[in-house]
Amino acid sequence: MKKYQCPDCSYIYDEAVGHEHEGYEPGTRFEDLPEDFACPACFVREKEDFVPLESDSITSDCAKNKNSVVRSLKK
Amino acid sequence: MKTVTFDSPTQGTISYTDKKRGLWWMSALYPLFPITGLVLHGLTGIELMLLVPMVAAYICVPLFDYLLGEDLSNPPEEVVAQLEQDRYYSRLLYLAVPLHFITFFAAVYWIVTQDLSMAGYLILAVGAGMTSGLGINTGHELGHKTDPLSRLMAKIVLAVPGYGHFCLEHNAGHHRHVATPEDTASSKMGENIYAFALREIPGGFKRAWQLEKVRLQRKGKSMWSPSNELLQSYAITAVIQISLLIAFGWMLLPFLIIHNFLAWWQLTSANYIEHYGLLREKKANGSYERCQPHHSWNSNHVFSNLLLYHLERHSDHHAHPTRHYQSLRNFEDVPALPNGYFGAYLMAYCPPIWFAVMNPRLLNLQHIQGDLSKVNILPGKREAMEQKYASLVAA
Ligand SMILES: [Zn+2]
Repeated sequence: MKKYQCPDCSYIYDEAVGHEHEGYEPGTRFEDLPEDFACPACFVREKEDFVPLESDSITSDCAKNKNSVVRSLKK
Repeated sequence: MKTVTFDSPTQGTISYTDKKRGLWWMSALYPLFPITGLVLHGLTGIELMLLVPMVAAYICVPLFDYLLGEDLSNPPEEVVAQLEQDRYYSRLLYLAVPLHFITFFAAVYWIVTQDLSMAGYLILAVGAGMTSGLGINTGHELGHKTDPLSRLMAKIVLAVPGYGHFCLEHNAGHHRHVATPEDTASSKMGENIYAFALREIPGGFKRAWQLEKVRLQRKGKSMWSPSNELLQSYAITAVIQISLLIAFGWMLLPFLIIHNFLAWWQLTSANYIEHYGLLREKKANGSYERCQPHHSWNSNHVFSNLLLYHLERHSDHHAHPTRHYQSLRNFEDVPALPNGYFGAYLMAYCPPIWFAVMNPRLLNLQHIQGDLSKVNILPGKREAMEQKYASLVAA
């Protein structure tokens, strides 16, 4: 099972999870998604734009500062 | 004042204080403002006082935009994640949802209890509709979020004017196809707002139903299943509006029709000015280039932005639709509207003024420079535009 990431919003399509709301069952392979598949989070990147992820790590380019941030909120 | 800090390995500690943080209450509370018209009417007995909220929106807001000007500041990219995790901003969005219901029911109460003239009735219906149009803006910001609570709140607030199909149409339809001739929610050069409305309102409705049909088919469900998210929102509308008709009779029917239509019209107005004439280039493989900041008309006018959850920073919104309102950025050299949305709507409602101001602006854009092949233009208007703007059109 592989993972693919949206290069704009960093949504990850995980084949093991699928996308319930959009109607893709767990186990749906990325290549079996319809050709007109768009990112279900931002809708501005399409199937051809998605970046395969090698392991569980998120590519630094995609993650930007969204997922790997040092939280330090001060009053 | 809250300061967020980020410890950067290369730049040391970056700290940022969002000066607009406390001012976002303006967006949250603005839906209640039309009630001032009812209060003033009640106190003075002068029916024309019902016009006050509209006068404020279309005269005072553009004036404040002109006087207070633009805010070009951006949060440093390093703190955006923290800014977006700060629940304060989303709570202000949630707060606006019940306030839209309060204003709607206050208008209904006024119609039912006051002995209004025909003019007073019309003013109140139009004003209530405009406020519910503002609710579509609240639903818009909520509808871009991916968490279930925000999406539920979006469905609820969109139910006030019966526009439950908006989220799906906007995200999966408009955002995906923006600034192309195929998008019914992107206006074309030479197209006036009234012609645009006839394309945009039914077009959006059809596209949403088509998208929902395909999604439900994938799940093996019928169009009429309770999982249909358009029907879920419409059901709330139906319960509210039919109950009102049963309780108060046919006298409310014109109010509800005018109210609903005016709310849709507010959205049409926003769609009309947001991408007028802008066009994404077609790539060799036939697909369009991905949406860039220069594919939306932007406005940094601070006052109206504070009333609309930064909607007018539209360039960043379309380039990166999942960014939250508090972190939307200004970009250099993007298409810029001459005033905030309220002022721009007034121009749009008078097509000769809109064309006179916006057509030269469009042709002078850095990425267009008079090249009509880079403009989303009404097919029949090309020659007329070439003649009319001969000095601006590239040979
Ligand atoms: Zn995405």
